[in-house]
Amino acid sequence: MSEINEKLVFDKPEIIIDRATHYCPGCHHGIAHRLVGELLDEMELGGNTLMTTSIGCSVFLYNYLNVDAVEAPHGRAPAVATGVKRARPDHFVFTYQGDGDLASIGMAEIMHAANRGEKISVVFVNNTVYGMTGGQMAPTTLIGQKTTTCPNGRCETTQGSPIRMTEIIASLGGVAYAARGSLDSVKNIRTAKKHLKKAFECQTNGTGFGFVELLSGCPTNWKMTPLQANERIQNDMIPYFPLGVFKDISEDGGIC
Amino acid sequence: MSRIVVQEDRCKGCLLCTTVCPVNIIVQSDRFNVSGYKVAEVPESDAEKCTGCASCALICPDVAIKVYRTPKTKGGK
Repeated sequence: MSEINEKLVFDKPEIIIDRATHYCPGCHHGIAHRLVGELLDEMELGGNTLMTTSIGCSVFLYNYLNVDAVEAPHGRAPAVATGVKRARPDHFVFTYQGDGDLASIGMAEIMHAANRGEKISVVFVNNTVYGMTGGQMAPTTLIGQKTTTCPNGRCETTQGSPIRMTEIIASLGGVAYAARGSLDSVKNIRTAKKHLKKAFECQTNGTGFGFVELLSGCPTNWKMTPLQANERIQNDMIPYFPLGVFKDISEDGGIC
Repeated sequence: MSRIVVQEDRCKGCLLCTTVCPVNIIVQSDRFNVSGYKVAEVPESDAEKCTGCASCALICPDVAIKVYRTPKTKGGK
């Protein structure tokens, strides 16, 4: 009897391609992909989207999301997306970048795209390390974190402090929405989806540049189990990278 | 009775789902899938405890969990 009444309440979004990802067990890229996919489905943007992907672990994003894509050179996704959006202003254009891509080699591109107020959306996945290339130090690597290029832990005096991208982006004039979410718990994932939705809406209603940073785990390069990696996000990353909305120029203000 | 279906060839055995289940019924099985990961499962004996909250599916990085929910009927049936 109960089988007749049951409803499928959670399934893969239609836009996500049905195949196994190449990500390590416990990698949060899969969650970020799913959130983006769910929103593209819910906002009915699927057939009207041009995605600009980056270099990093997320380089194969076009294998997992069934939308048209442009593969940008390392760090240059916001510059490429600028061109794409200006050539096809009727399309929804977003970039999906990691911290090695956006905060290091692509720092100039993201800063100027944000400052110009390009009407694009940026999904920034911050896992404090270069994932694909084998775990080197990134600009966002926390003080004391051991990586292959700082085996004794990042030292503030010689290597500087981790960059808080969302705060920097929020201070620029052209930005409509800048927020930071996390993918370590159910509650934070739900909030992160609201941030992404708001950023995407900034583009669809023509308000301007939307930026969402997602704190995510990299168990392999942190040399942890997926469960330990989630605890690290909670205990080490969130205190340094506070969650919340840092800029929102829409009328109804912040959502958290 | 609500239930989850784990797509075993997608599960990578990260066990994030086990940490978010409010009734703690998801465990690591002894089976290996084709990729060599020990998949997550709900043992038969605990199956009826599932509330259909979908937390496990929400945190699964590999979109390997489907959730079926049955609305509660009054009178405990």
